[in-house]
Amino acid sequence: MSINRRQFIKIAGISTIMGLGGTSAVDLLQRNWLEAAQYSPDPKALTAKRWAMVVDVSKLKTEDDYKNIMDACHRVHNVPELGNPKDEIKWIWKETYEHAFPGQEHEYLTEGIKHKPFLMLCNHCDNPPCVRVCPTKATFKRKDGIVMMDMHRCIGCRFCMAGCPFGARSFNWKDPRPFIKEENKEFPTRMKGVVEKCTFCYERLAKGLIPACVEASQEAAKKAGTKPGLVFGDLSDPNSEVRRILSSHFSIRRKSELGTQPSVYYIIGGNDHA
Amino acid sequence: MYNGLKIIIGLLIFVAFVTFPFYSKMGKATTKPDPKIDTPVIQELAEKKCVEPKDFMKTEHMKMLNDWRDLVVREGNLIYVASDGGKYIMSLQNTCMNCHSNKKKFCDECHNYSAVVPYCWDCHIQPKENKT
Repeated sequence: MSINRRQFIKIAGISTIMGLGGTSAVDLLQRNWLEAAQYSPDPKALTAKRWAMVVDVSKLKTEDDYKNIMDACHRVHNVPELGNPKDEIKWIWKETYEHAFPGQEHEYLTEGIKHKPFLMLCNHCDNPPCVRVCPTKATFKRKDGIVMMDMHRCIGCRFCMAGCPFGARSFNWKDPRPFIKEENKEFPTRMKGVVEKCTFCYERLAKGLIPACVEASQEAAKKAGTKPGLVFGDLSDPNSEVRRILSSHFSIRRKSELGTQPSVYYIIGGNDHA
Repeated sequence: MYNGLKIIIGLLIFVAFVTFPFYSKMGKATTKPDPKIDTPVIQELAEKKCVEPKDFMKTEHMKMLNDWRDLVVREGNLIYVASDGGKYIMSLQNTCMNCHSNKKKFCDECHNYSAVVPYCWDCHIQPKENKT
């Protein structure tokens, strides 16, 4: 049997298509079950357009008030205590007024403000410089305003630490595992060579819980019969508690002149918020 | 050929050395990996099934975990709806390892055999294993 040129080209063409498309067609049919899989956020999750926090420093009085809040955060997130200030890892920490608000200080500040510790955490800026400089998108801004860390992607270049004007980021110079007092088995630790910071407790928000520091502050306030020093809420909702407080009190933000639009507001002194 | 004897002896030694791994194991069967699922949590399950069918998990678990981590960390999801409609929280440390608390016999058994070293446990806390 002989074939003519026309038949030969037909057969060759069909064989080529089978060869090229054949395996991938089989793959497509067999492998893609996962594509059909579905996923969703927890219906109980707390959501917002822009999460924000108000720190009312007048409500934080004793050393214990601060320690209570800081410990709550560091315990939940397996933050190590390395002892050496050079290696320090911190998600929430204390700072003096002149360091927190440089340019605002002057020598005649009231004694109360001059020596008062201010609670600092990641500002979750609306225009975050750390996100701009991250080469791997390990740090990124979520739709709800949280500046997140994806530890899986962090390569430890520390550009974000140079970018952040608030010193909110810490680098793991050592393996943090041996320095964690009590491991929270539900949250991962970090490894040597990644940068970490406050994430506004995204993992708690996803389950419908408020951030650990705010919860600690609320519990302490309930016991003492006062108002909590930390308030958390949605900045885009005019009826939220944070907006209510901000509309009735004078508030400041850290280094707002840099244009990063921090989401953490400070209220210095003043009356009880309604 | 100059120094022929030396060269040939040298070559023989070289060949013997290079092929040592092959003939030293010749005829002996290596032990196959034998992952175990006999953890207390799994024993108590009425129906012993994972989030997806066993065959799928066997070949695709690494892709699935990769998808899960992006879905949770980057996209803010938490619930996985399996192909049979069951709902699970997407978490290696809290969901997978809750049942598979025997990391040594479940994960490491095959990973060691095929010489893959996933870096999950650099950060995720592995379950404490009771030695029984």
